[in-house]
Amino acid sequence: MSVTNILLCGIGGQGVLTAAELLAQAAVAEGHDVKKTEVAGMAQRGGVVTSHLRFGPRVLAPAIPPGETDLLIGFEVAEALRWCGELRAGGRAVVSTLRVKPPVVHQGLFAYPEDPVGQLRGRIKGVLAIDARTLAEDLGSMKLMNTVMLGAVADDLPIAAETLRAQVVARFQARKPALAEVNGRAFDAGRAAAHRARAEDAAAE
Amino acid sequence: MPVTVLNRVLAGTRPLMSGNEAVARAVWESGAALASAYPGTPSTEILESLALYPDIVAQWGVNEKVALETAIGASLTGARAFCAMKHVGLNVAADALMSQALAGIHGGLVIAVADDVGLSSSQNEQDSRYWGRFAHLPVLEPADAQEAYAFTLAAFALSERFHTLVILRLTTRVCHVKALVATGERQPHASLGFARDPKRWVMLPAHVRGMIPVQIARDAALAAHAEESPLLCELEGDDPSIGIIASGPAALSAREAFPEAPLLKLGLGYPLPIERIRAFAAGVGRLLVVEETEPLVETELRAQGIAVTGKDLLPRYGELSVAVLRGARARLRGEAAPAVAAPIDVFPRPPTMCPGCPHLAPFYCLSRLRGSLLISGDIGCYTLGAGQPWQAMDACTCMGASLTLANGMAVAKTGDDAEKAVVAVIGDSTFLHMGMQGLLNLVYNRANVTVLLLDNRTVGMTGGQEHPGTGFDIHGDPAPRVDFVALVQALGVKAERVHSVDPYDLPGLFKLIRSETAVNDVSVILTNRPCVLTDRHHSRPALGVVEAECTGCGGCLQVGCPAIQVVRRDRVMTPSGREKERAFVTIDSAFCTGCNACVGLCAPKCIQPLAAMSERCEGV
Repeated sequence: MSVTNILLCGIGGQGVLTAAELLAQAAVAEGHDVKKTEVAGMAQRGGVVTSHLRFGPRVLAPAIPPGETDLLIGFEVAEALRWCGELRAGGRAVVSTLRVKPPVVHQGLFAYPEDPVGQLRGRIKGVLAIDARTLAEDLGSMKLMNTVMLGAVADDLPIAAETLRAQVVARFQARKPALAEVNGRAFDAGRAAAHRARAEDAAAE
Repeated sequence: MPVTVLNRVLAGTRPLMSGNEAVARAVWESGAALASAYPGTPSTEILESLALYPDIVAQWGVNEKVALETAIGASLTGARAFCAMKHVGLNVAADALMSQALAGIHGGLVIAVADDVGLSSSQNEQDSRYWGRFAHLPVLEPADAQEAYAFTLAAFALSERFHTLVILRLTTRVCHVKALVATGERQPHASLGFARDPKRWVMLPAHVRGMIPVQIARDAALAAHAEESPLLCELEGDDPSIGIIASGPAALSAREAFPEAPLLKLGLGYPLPIERIRAFAAGVGRLLVVEETEPLVETELRAQGIAVTGKDLLPRYGELSVAVLRGARARLRGEAAPAVAAPIDVFPRPPTMCPGCPHLAPFYCLSRLRGSLLISGDIGCYTLGAGQPWQAMDACTCMGASLTLANGMAVAKTGDDAEKAVVAVIGDSTFLHMGMQGLLNLVYNRANVTVLLLDNRTVGMTGGQEHPGTGFDIHGDPAPRVDFVALVQALGVKAERVHSVDPYDLPGLFKLIRSETAVNDVSVILTNRPCVLTDRHHSRPALGVVEAECTGCGGCLQVGCPAIQVVRRDRVMTPSGREKERAFVTIDSAFCTGCNACVGLCAPKCIQPLAAMSERCEGV
């Protein structure tokens, strides 16, 4: 079995690195060798954030070579567009439809893409677009968005969905036990939304 | 013994650890008594992790020189000691490094220095391996977290065996990569006790002359040791037409990009195992040196008469990633370069100040006054003031340099600049790190400079560490807190020229900057609001825009707060016949901290507390 390459992308402060950490722990739990890398430092300052996760029998270099990403997880839709060129042929993307415009866009210096999901679909097959913000808000808090996204990718991984779910719940049990249950539900909501989206895409084809 | 997340890691298990956490674990296992550091990306988390362990004193030092000297002092008493810093930090500590390198150590002393290869968060990309050559010190170069752990243990052993400081050279792709690390138990290290030996520890010319031959002998012993170092690793390959010498994470990338090539991986990167390399070279066709960032090994091998390929093929800066090395492999073999997908044109998303950041208003003020100012900046979050929309910084070099550059600028400005006032902008931690001397120097030399001391009560850019101005130590326990007003006055700034102000009072701050820059003296304007990312910050009720009253003037956007968002733009003709763009805004209440910095910039006065707005709506 070869190395699986997952690229997570989003914006500083969104919790991309925590999501990557949970995926990494799930890979460890299933006995893989794991490397996870990101460039921090400016990460909290609203800039571009990516995290590279590689796992398999033996991982050498920490960063994913260009064009070898198996799965792109986009926590913001324009960021998914920015990084979709890293996917290998046949690679898939699971993308939150959340739009976050940076100050340089609000100041009128640059334009935000009109239809980022459409542009993504024009470039790659296998795009799963998830309205993670609405799903999270329906469960009570925007802060559940990342857990929704982890649920949405759970069936796109060579890791059992239950293994990943257990990591998410265990993290909250350890730190904020009151939030463990709702995060479990957010995970399930994301997973169900991904199933629905996949079914709709299949029907559309 | 307090139980923490980290010391609950059981010996013999393989947790997922970053390189920084792995170094910390090994320092603790080595029985070190003291560890000191100043935060700096990518090294910061080493000491943050160490602070979670029992039975070791972990301290933030006010700068890297202080941290190293503290570690040297502990070593002189016979204890094992450790310090950590980023690459530019070792420049600050170099005075102590270069002299102590001659005398050596008593208890083992390891210096972790983290190079920001690829420049994720630094002002330069220097190669810390030079310090080994410069100071006659061994340099260890781990490639991943497991090696970071193992090499740290080895570094203490090497330090004591050869009575030398040892440099552990890390890079971003070691520090911030998490991988599985097999850990062990803490080995208590009994102090050797203080060894009174003035001829060794008192660096006088008469004493030092005798040490130089000792250092030369140590160099020879280390070179001999390098040939048999257990940190040297030779990997076989099926195709010896190319052989690779590599170190650090680039060695892993080289193995992935050249899976068929024999590889000699240098763990002890200095001194070099010349004879082992010579033997390796004899068994391969072309010898390729893969090293980040400067051609050090390459140059030394050429001087030894060993033919190598290196920076003639590989870039002299940035990471030597798998992609870079695959490109080099194709060129070496005369093959077509691997196809690289064209980048996708998406707007840039540069790092920016946070919603409600107390630095927003100071930089707004500077941006409005910048036609009449020369502005020198410093190292921290506020360096972002050089970017949009403020563009209010003319220079920034290194820690503390805002004040000293300002001194030179104030003396030498000519022509159109002669009438401009000089402003220096520096943060609280940077001021305590290296700014105090600069302020003293301004006062002493009767400079005409206005200093903005932006005190947000944390080391912001590295993620919120404590320092002597916060009132807390690395463990979060109360510590003596410096009084900045008293401090700057003690350095000679006149009491009437020191102003402690609320940066959220934008009109007041603006007037103050304008009046102080008009005074021919050293002034210090201290801002006093904590970083919004720390627990010390308390948000006020969020603000909102009465949308019916927004005129699209865009005034509020100029403060640069990310919570202010444009919902609609249009173009209209002004009465004078000019076309004008209007930007109608909203404020995202999820991000607004209610700081009020934008309120004074709203021409129609339609930015108001959300609560008041709902009352208005009910009234309508």
